[in-house]
Amino acid sequence: MSETITPVRTYLVVFLALMVLTAITVAVAFFELGPLNDIAAMGIAITKACLVILYFMHVRHSSRLTKVVVVAGFLWLLFLIGFTMSDYLTRGMISMQGTIG
Amino acid sequence: MSVTVTTPARRKNYLNADYGIKSWLLTQDHKRIAILYLVSITFFFVLGGVMAALIRVELATPLGDMVEPDTYNRLFTAHGVVMVFLFLIPSIPAVLGNFLIPLMIGAKDLAFPKLNLGSWYVYNLGAILMVAALLRGGTDTGWTFYTPYSSTFADSEVILTALGAFVVGFSSIMTGLNFIVTIHRMRAPGLTWFRLPLFVWAHYGTSLIQILGTPVVAIAILLVAAERLLHIGIFDPALGGDPVLFQHLFWFYSHPAVYIMILPSMGVISELITAFSRKRIFGYKFVAFSSLAIAVLGFLVWGHHLFVSSQSIYAGLIFSVLSMLVAVPSAVKVFNWTATLYQGSISWQTPMIYALGFIGLFVVGGLTGTMLATLGIDMHVHDTYFVVAHFHYIMVGGAIMGYLGGLHFWWPKITGRLYSVFWSKISAGLIFVGFNLTFFPQFLLGYMGMPRRYHSYPEEFQILNVLSSAGATILGLGYLLPLIYFTWSMRYGERASDNPWGAYGLEWETSSPPPTLNFDEPPVVTTEAYDYLAMRDKKTAA
Repeated sequence: MSETITPVRTYLVVFLALMVLTAITVAVAFFELGPLNDIAAMGIAITKACLVILYFMHVRHSSRLTKVVVVAGFLWLLFLIGFTMSDYLTRGMISMQGTIG
Repeated sequence: MSVTVTTPARRKNYLNADYGIKSWLLTQDHKRIAILYLVSITFFFVLGGVMAALIRVELATPLGDMVEPDTYNRLFTAHGVVMVFLFLIPSIPAVLGNFLIPLMIGAKDLAFPKLNLGSWYVYNLGAILMVAALLRGGTDTGWTFYTPYSSTFADSEVILTALGAFVVGFSSIMTGLNFIVTIHRMRAPGLTWFRLPLFVWAHYGTSLIQILGTPVVAIAILLVAAERLLHIGIFDPALGGDPVLFQHLFWFYSHPAVYIMILPSMGVISELITAFSRKRIFGYKFVAFSSLAIAVLGFLVWGHHLFVSSQSIYAGLIFSVLSMLVAVPSAVKVFNWTATLYQGSISWQTPMIYALGFIGLFVVGGLTGTMLATLGIDMHVHDTYFVVAHFHYIMVGGAIMGYLGGLHFWWPKITGRLYSVFWSKISAGLIFVGFNLTFFPQFLLGYMGMPRRYHSYPEEFQILNVLSSAGATILGLGYLLPLIYFTWSMRYGERASDNPWGAYGLEWETSSPPPTLNFDEPPVVTTEAYDYLAMRDKKTAA
């Protein structure tokens, strides 16, 4: 398998992007956005995680098998959160009398 | 007539290649590490067995007259923790998998030999923590560490025991990682994925679970420790947490953990059924993919442990349906093994007796599992002896029968010695009878309403409890016998040939015991797995 050499410039740009996103996270915390608070924070965090995985962990230029492994990890996280939420999000759908309301 | 026997100079093998304690404790040979694991897990099997014996003695009479209720809680917790984390999970993968995977795929060792040795040390470190907790009085939460009892109320050694489980988990991850990389990268030329022995496929599925599931239970355990020590509100409602969240996180790993125990066992059974039927397995690809299907589906069923834990009924419905689905790949395996027997040239060797015993017991365990996955039935029998009987049919009747069957099958390869056929058959019979006598009455007890985890019970339950305790004595004797004749065989057993069973597979093509680097010549694979027909033709031609 041929090694792809990533230029130092790319690392610097990614690093800069991570720093800027961190600053945005801090800045957003000063504004009351209601339900958007969580969405903004999680959105930025996911973007940062993707940058780290793709560039600093070299997944972008890795073999297809490595990519499958990475995707599987996230898929399993989705299983964990998704099926757990299937409990929490539907608990309120049953009234106290035990009837479905 | 006198016969002069000349003994040829013993071949160099992995056992006589080097001597001394250091050569064992610092070894990087997967075969020696397998032996190290064998010694460790046998010790913990005996320890967990002693706990079980004490439980059964207490339950022989309706009154709680031998131990205090609190001691009883600590006894069944110790039994569960030791058997699950220190015996069942590492049993087949760390001993037989470690020994056989490189041999079966024609490799010199696992991909990361140092990581392999490291995993054994990490396992022992975790085990020491758990034993320390035991010596300091033990834990009384049950092996499941349910919150809020474990995080807020229990005043036993919860943190130390949980820390032990946390550490042992890492050894499991190391083993899984090693197997996956080895199976991907180190197969002999010609050994394509669909020529792999099904034992290897089963271990591949198992390794996926070990890697994807274990970190979650590790985090769950850390969160319990964080709540106990730092009062961070994760599970305690008073601090804004939710106790049921622990059950979600715990069972996300611990249900698939059952498949860590049973999948390798199924891999062993595929090898045994083919070897003693002298036939290629019926539906190779179905059996191979059913291992992966069990590994994946096994992750989506954990909510069936929460049917009565205030989990939403809608989530319960989803988990109930998904739990039923796992029965499909499991049944694929059972039907395919049975179909393999059809018109096979069956021989009743000891490993085969274990394999057939496995199929029977696993079917009972599996079918009662589908009963428990049914919401309505589970409401009634949840936390009764019905559940205890069900999971022992899977974890003891399934996993341990497979482990012992495998150990009897590959013992000549591992040690180069043969054991007593007579005593091994007696022990296989005792285990099958003793097991059923121990656990079948527990189905009835649970169905009649006897709850688990109590040290006393109403008098009308005594007859069945006495039967169960009597069965446990027979089972204990059945387990003791292999310990004796295996130990005996290491010194006095007749020397084994390279392929004493006439079985198919790369591990049988090298010497018994194998040389340190497994093969004198790197093997090249040109035939399909379990091609007994070609093997017979070759033998006839020769």
